[in-house]
Amino acid sequence: MKIAIPLDENKTDVCPTFGRSPFFYFEEDGKEEIAVNPACNEQGGAGPKSAQFLADMQTDVLLTVRCGQNAADVLKLADIKIYKTQGKTAKENAEAFHQNKLEILTHFHAGFQGIQ
Amino acid sequence: MKIALLSGKGGAGKTFLAVNLAYCARRHEQSAAYIDCDVEEPNGHLFFPFPVKERETVFTLIPSFNKEKCTSCRACADFCKFNALVFIKKTPMLLAEMCHACGGCSLVCPEKAITEAKRPIGMIETRQYENLSCYSGILNIGEASGIKIIQSLLQKDGGDFSVIDCPPGCACSVMESIEDADLCILIAEPTAFGLHNLNMVYELTAIMKKKTAVIINKEQSTPYEPLTNFCRQHNLPILAKIPFDRELGQTLSEGTAAYGTNKKFSSLTDNIYAQIKAMS
Repeated sequence: MKIAIPLDENKTDVCPTFGRSPFFYFEEDGKEEIAVNPACNEQGGAGPKSAQFLADMQTDVLLTVRCGQNAADVLKLADIKIYKTQGKTAKENAEAFHQNKLEILTHFHAGFQGIQ
Repeated sequence: MKIALLSGKGGAGKTFLAVNLAYCARRHEQSAAYIDCDVEEPNGHLFFPFPVKERETVFTLIPSFNKEKCTSCRACADFCKFNALVFIKKTPMLLAEMCHACGGCSLVCPEKAITEAKRPIGMIETRQYENLSCYSGILNIGEASGIKIIQSLLQKDGGDFSVIDCPPGCACSVMESIEDADLCILIAEPTAFGLHNLNMVYELTAIMKKKTAVIINKEQSTPYEPLTNFCRQHNLPILAKIPFDRELGQTLSEGTAAYGTNKKFSSLTDNIYAQIKAMS
């Protein structure tokens, strides 16, 4: 199972935004990987483009603080489940997920259309 | 002649003045029109209590995919600057509200698998009162962009003198509304906030090299000097200073155009109209 988490510039903490996070943290069977988010500098549609990136990376689960409706629609089609993060770092969230401590994210905000 | 009324904020008096200028123009011209480009909240029609003569749906274009021809090469998604296209499980998915109808995806598709389909986004209502037409653009609730409706509105027959009621602010929708205007009239309130908003829209009309004038609305007994100084500095003629007037406010709240009923205001509007004609 491959987990993805939006990652802050310090490459340790969870990034509070999904579509414009500078990096993504991936974890699969104990193997960690950090990748640049190709959508972070988009003028608009960063959410769907990030979701496309996660789908291309064959992600199964996304752990995030929040997520927009457009991105959520893409993630759903790609069968990627979305859980809400708790606490600060990406690593502790990956562990919390394995211990079934995280809850499914059910609220999605409207798209920013490039306006924040 | 096409004139556009703008302001940086809502409630400055765009609609009230636009409606009255249209009623004034119809007295002096063969035909006149009021065009409501504030498609997110069109309310100028409230001053035209006449039955709707015509209702026309406005469409935007979205890509339609021929799934048999599509090879999932993603050329379309890579091209889309608005990220309105994604590929999930090798199948294209369109995020319709993010699409700007540029048609680029259908041009770059090497398999010619994309055609453009129509998607309704709103409508235009036409009302007619003798030689005066009233066109209202109405964007469907939830739609992100009303540009296409504004473009369709501006193709309507505006007669000899058309008054374009712009959306508030200075975003894309306002740029589109004033594109073909011969004169832009900026409505400003005599306050610091009003001046700030005037400055914003003035920047836009200056960039677009539009002939521009100002009307000060809700003028108090003591004038707000920084506003008049601003107009002097930028050579902006002030066509009128409309006093803050309870009676006018009441007429407006009753949905009645003051032109023709309020004598003082009618002559003020006639005067504005004469100055506009002199500027053309």
